Amino acid sequence: MAVVVVVINMRLLLLFIFAVVIGMVSQQIHAAVLQDDRVDVLYHSYNGGGMDIDGPAILLRKKARENIAVQAYYYVDSISSASVDVMSTASPYEEERKEVQLAFEYLHEKTIIDVNFRRSDEDDYLGNSISLNISQDTFGDLTNISMGLAYGANEISRNGDDFFAEESKQYTLNFALSQILTRNLTMTINLAAIADEGYLNNPYRTVRYVDNSQPSGVGYQSEVYPNTRNSFATKISASYFLSYRAALFANYRYFSDSWGIDASDVELAYRHPIGDTFELEFNARYYQQTQANFYSDLFPYRDAQNYLARDKELSTFNDTTVGFSVTYLVPQQYSFGDLRSEASFQWDHLIFDYENFRDPTAEGGIGNEPLYGFSANVIRVLYSLYF
Amino acid sequence: MFTCHKASTKQLLISVFATIFLLSLSGCSSLGIEPWVKPYERQNLADPIMSTSRHPVADKHVSHVYEARESARGAEGTGGGGCGCN
Repeated sequence: MAVVVVVINMRLLLLFIFAVVIGMVSQQIHAAVLQDDRVDVLYHSYNGGGMDIDGPAILLRKKARENIAVQAYYYVDSISSASVDVMSTASPYEEERKEVQLAFEYLHEKTIIDVNFRRSDEDDYLGNSISLNISQDTFGDLTNISMGLAYGANEISRNGDDFFAEESKQYTLNFALSQILTRNLTMTINLAAIADEGYLNNPYRTVRYVDNSQPSGVGYQSEVYPNTRNSFATKISASYFLSYRAALFANYRYFSDSWGIDASDVELAYRHPIGDTFELEFNARYYQQTQANFYSDLFPYRDAQNYLARDKELSTFNDTTVGFSVTYLVPQQYSFGDLRSEASFQWDHLIFDYENFRDPTAEGGIGNEPLYGFSANVIRVLYSLYF
Repeated sequence: MFTCHKASTKQLLISVFATIFLLSLSGCSSLGIEPWVKPYERQNLADPIMSTSRHPVADKHVSHVYEARESARGAEGTGGGGCGCN
């Protein structure tokens, strides 16, 4: 098995190097440009299902030269959790997650190569990853193709247990093809293959099983997940310019993995300007998935099968999102140093309906509780300054 | 048997990626097709209202919220990972 993985990873690396070389050689002489310098400051808030998460984020992007850009990103999640998982077998908790990203972009004629380093740090989880991506305009700039590789290594610990130390790794291969189809329509197809290996459980979560020896009639044991997971995702997106100057966006994604989960989501968005200073956007999204083949809300007895899960994110469920945003294009005389800037308020409302995950905190008897569901509100307030 | 099946699936994915990527690099011009939307015909597509990456810092947050609550991931163009998902 190890030999097979090594051989495949070597093939991936060789393929990527080959693609980079071909990309550099086959391009025509016609300069592209890097994106504008900018700084974005964001406040985000998530409230729903017993969880409150909020915090700031900042993104700074600056060109060092005409063909080199540096981007830094800092993000904080302040989490206060009393979710249904936590309330059924544990106590509410608070924690903080900090994420830092540093990216470098290099432009060579029509090719952009970027390298991104990422670090996510929590009390009980440390994730590091690196990604390499190459994109190129071709076919009279009607087509853009990109391909990327990412590698992540995670260290998992468990608060209150100094002897618990696990690791996981993730390999990702991305491909994207964007095509201008008409004067008003572009389409993009994204493909991603992800391979996870190592400890993929949540170290705190348990499954429940029928146990008549307990007064409550239910017993608990730790989840057991497979040590590998292979996933594949395909997304098709379209952007359409409406003749009265508005934009319509649509995308569809299909996902499947080796745990037996099939998922799909579809999203529509409509963006409409009001005068020269405001833009409104309305969006709606629907998502559905089937359960992992080792998931059960209530197992018949202890150690009922090799792999055990009761994570509601591995159950069969659907969720719906509706949202809107308003963006204010700040007139230059009111902006910093006469620079172009904009402020945006975005709100999303999410509704989750679980089809085989029951609320263990509700009445009804073991295995007969009502099915769980919840709604959440997500708010983003951000300011972008271009310089 | 299971290992062989997983290996062949990965090899198939690699082959699909490689084929699509290399065909894309060759461009449609190798098939005798010329670019049909000229640069001066792209002002609508270049309008900022058509930008799909207008607020990248907000896009990262949207992806993070969904990745923490759903099993599907990938094919989005933004990073993810460790997240207070309980």
